[in-house]
Amino acid sequence: MTELELPPIDYAAIAPILIMLVAAVVGVLVEAFVPRRLRHPVQLPLAVLAVLAALTMVVVNADKRVITIGVIAVDGPTLFLQGSILALSAVALLLLGERVVERGGAFVAQAAVTADSPEDRQQAENAGGAGEVYPLTTFAIAGMLIFVSANDLLTMFIALEVFSLPLYLLCALARRRRLLSQEAAMKYFLLGAYASAFFLFGLALIYGFTAGLGDRQAGVDFATVNAAVANSTASPVLLFAGMALVAIGLLFKAAAAPFHVWTPDVYQGAPTPLTGFMAACTKVAAFGALLRVFHVAFEGARWDFTPVLGAVAVLTMLVGALFAVTQTDIKRLLAYSSIANAGYLLVGVLAPGSEGLSGTMFYLVAYGFTVLAAFAVVTLVRDADGEATHLSRWAGLGRRSPVYASVFTFVLLAFAGIPMTSGFTSKFAVFGPALDGGQVWLVIAGVLTSMVLAFPYLRVVVLMWLSEPGDSTPTVAVPGALTSAALVIGVLATLVLGVAPAPLLDLASSAADFVR
Amino acid sequence: MSDFPFLSVLTVAPLVGAVVVALLPRSRPTLAKQVALGWSLLVLALSVVMWVTFQVGGDRFQFRESYPWIPNWGVNFTFAADGIALVMLMLIAVLVPLVILASWHDAESSKRSVPVYFALLLVLECTMIGVFAAADVFLFYVFFEVMLVPMYFLIGSYGGHQRQYAAVKFFLYSLVGGLFMLAAVIGLWVVGGKTFDWVALSQVDITTGAERWLFLGFFVAFAIKAPFFPFHTWLPDAGGAAPAGAAALLVGVLDKVGTFGILRYCLPLFPDAAQWFAPWALGLAVIGIIYAALLAVGQNDLKRLVSYTSIAHFGFIGVGIFAFTTQAGTGAVLYMVNHGLATGLLFLVVGMLIARRGSALVSDFGGAGKLVPVLAGVLFFAGLASLALPGTAPFVSEFLVLIGTFTVNKPVAVIATLGIILAAAYVLWMVQRTTQGTLNPALTEIDAMKRDLNLREKVVVAPLIALILVLGFYPKPVTDVINPAIQATMEDVGRTDPAPSVDTVQEAIR
Repeated sequence: MTELELPPIDYAAIAPILIMLVAAVVGVLVEAFVPRRLRHPVQLPLAVLAVLAALTMVVVNADKRVITIGVIAVDGPTLFLQGSILALSAVALLLLGERVVERGGAFVAQAAVTADSPEDRQQAENAGGAGEVYPLTTFAIAGMLIFVSANDLLTMFIALEVFSLPLYLLCALARRRRLLSQEAAMKYFLLGAYASAFFLFGLALIYGFTAGLGDRQAGVDFATVNAAVANSTASPVLLFAGMALVAIGLLFKAAAAPFHVWTPDVYQGAPTPLTGFMAACTKVAAFGALLRVFHVAFEGARWDFTPVLGAVAVLTMLVGALFAVTQTDIKRLLAYSSIANAGYLLVGVLAPGSEGLSGTMFYLVAYGFTVLAAFAVVTLVRDADGEATHLSRWAGLGRRSPVYASVFTFVLLAFAGIPMTSGFTSKFAVFGPALDGGQVWLVIAGVLTSMVLAFPYLRVVVLMWLSEPGDSTPTVAVPGALTSAALVIGVLATLVLGVAPAPLLDLASSAADFVR
Repeated sequence: MSDFPFLSVLTVAPLVGAVVVALLPRSRPTLAKQVALGWSLLVLALSVVMWVTFQVGGDRFQFRESYPWIPNWGVNFTFAADGIALVMLMLIAVLVPLVILASWHDAESSKRSVPVYFALLLVLECTMIGVFAAADVFLFYVFFEVMLVPMYFLIGSYGGHQRQYAAVKFFLYSLVGGLFMLAAVIGLWVVGGKTFDWVALSQVDITTGAERWLFLGFFVAFAIKAPFFPFHTWLPDAGGAAPAGAAALLVGVLDKVGTFGILRYCLPLFPDAAQWFAPWALGLAVIGIIYAALLAVGQNDLKRLVSYTSIAHFGFIGVGIFAFTTQAGTGAVLYMVNHGLATGLLFLVVGMLIARRGSALVSDFGGAGKLVPVLAGVLFFAGLASLALPGTAPFVSEFLVLIGTFTVNKPVAVIATLGIILAAAYVLWMVQRTTQGTLNPALTEIDAMKRDLNLREKVVVAPLIALILVLGFYPKPVTDVINPAIQATMEDVGRTDPAPSVDTVQEAIR
């Protein structure tokens, strides 16, 4: 009988993941044993500290380039993306933990109470928020960290589930508009389950494809897949079908058309701080995985997948831009804007070489901070019934509260890609390498959809500044310290990355090399 | 003194001024106006020093400065000015203080913050100076786009009737053009070997197909900005809705970015494509001259009328640029300056009339000259300058454009000359209907209409009138600066002036 040998584990390399998982477990224990009134003051610092500790470990690991346990690749892109996820999560946690704007926070204590029943209305008014939000978020962050570092498809699948399940739950916890929130969670869960199933099926087909590799053992780690793409004798149909199904699973998370239909409903129904978290961090995770899968595993099939993904990118940009024009709800508008941005990111994914990779990573960070700032403002514009998200209610906001209207205008100008904001530099970061790689049509589609997309953004600016405030114009709540901090960080990042993007670009381009 | 970083200081100074003005309390509007005026006069003084320091006949680009910005993409803060940029910078520096003085009470009629209005004007000055001073294509693009933001708020927040519609239309048109240019800028960056430096890019060989597409990308942006027919429809709306001061800057300076861009970027960077597209551009320019002039004749709104006259004038500038002769080119640049002065004056005077009457419709006036003779006189003078009466500055430039074009393309020159006749029609008819004839009784009921130009308004119009007259009789200081730059541009395009021969002269006489 052969001795089972434990693979060597580089604990330092996986420390960020371990820290987040431990923090999540501790969070569950806190929820079980700490008295109710102390839970929030304990949970929030715990989660934030864990994120900061993990971020520190990422910085400590900065020069590490290893594949540990065979399934976790810690290399430049992993560290850059993990750092981005953690930095964005830290800001998102500030939003999630805000309890001044709405008494008890944006999350409801007991999600199981029937929506709109008297008990429900009572808990919407008075009850404190759920504390399990923090461990759930921490689990999701841990899953995302694994997702971007996974070096085989099976680990990637597990990570996908680890970060998706908490998000499904969190979506259902909105304090106001409970039915919308539950509907959003249900849709997200069902469609997400389908997407996971597609991913799993694709994984199986890829495994079958690698079996044609002759002397080498079949497997779904990226090195094996890469070798199989180059040398396998198995039918390429298996490869193409598997690749397509895996891509569907990932594109679903990335909110690319035609797998985007959940996005507007979920973005609208989910509690706004969580929407911000999803728009920023889930995007980083999904595109991190897409980059690794297509740049490492399927590298050899570039000529086969580029036209298909190119078509998806164009469709995504078109759908996002065109539907954004017709929206009347600010959260749905931002959802379609996020879809269009997924299209621009796909342009970056398809740009060959390390420049496309670094450009995409830069875009992810820049967009993440801007979108967090945008949703932070959305949490503040409210009336007696909670957030006032219908666009008509934003008319004349510039008169009522010029500061927040200015901030939101700046954010919208960034989305529209006006220079001196990160929106412009990040567009340049993906379009430049794409054009350099000969993807002329993708860039032209990107430019044309940017023109269309400018219109809805501008419409909001017009509403806020050029319309007279009406009776129904809501007031802007005075933000607590946490939301203020998140807002300031988001806006500053948008400005700094627009005016002086060089340091982050340097970091991204020095990190733009996968270990194989 | 020539080592002094004129261009970067000139660009940054108005921005600092804008921050100072914006931070002043809303309750002290007069202080904000004074600070804004003082600041713009400082910029003017510095510009004058720069003008004196500029060596006529020296290097093509002077005052060059370069600081790294985004080394990963080869982007630098590179500033440099040739003669064309220099005269435009001077025009900005002269117009902005006058516009601030002319807009003294404009912001008060709206319910919005007065300091912010003047801060926006200064921000606009910063971006306008930056766009003309940039010698890095990326930097140029940044200023080109950012320029929209202060103008958008000037029109949208402080404008008149239909300001929202006009502001959005202005922004979207310009943004669409800008995004076409962005695609071309990225394309130029790729084919040019990842640099944005103008000098380096002008040496690059580009394949014919790519060159034509890139030319088109830039040209569309500039044609919308200028605006040329058929991209012009935003200008009458924006010019009609903007407060008079902002409108003067809009057509006086902002739109020149389009024609300046064609001269600085389209021609030298894509010379072959420029020649290939020249007949089309000339066609658009000529159509613009006639079409806009006809529309101007039919306008009943004073500010829209002036906007249409500008579109016709931009047609002349376009003809001058695409004729590819030194005379026509010099004429075109001189036209850009003179048009800024003449139309700027016209807009400001019309603004003074409108402010008194409370209406911009020609039909609401009539015989106003009897109530405000000096104002009517200034309006008449501005109109004459606008129709290029000999003795006023626009005459020199229009004449240069036409004779420069005649030597190479007679049909275009002949058709364009018709524009002069139409110009006489729209100007004189407008002046007649507003200030001459029997007095409209409604006017006598308005107290404001009985007040002629006050001291502040006289101070606003006097320098412009003086400049128009001086440059009308003695344009040499300006043409000396422009000429070498135009010659260099024409060399970039690879065109030389046709040698004067007896044949051409005889043909011309026939």
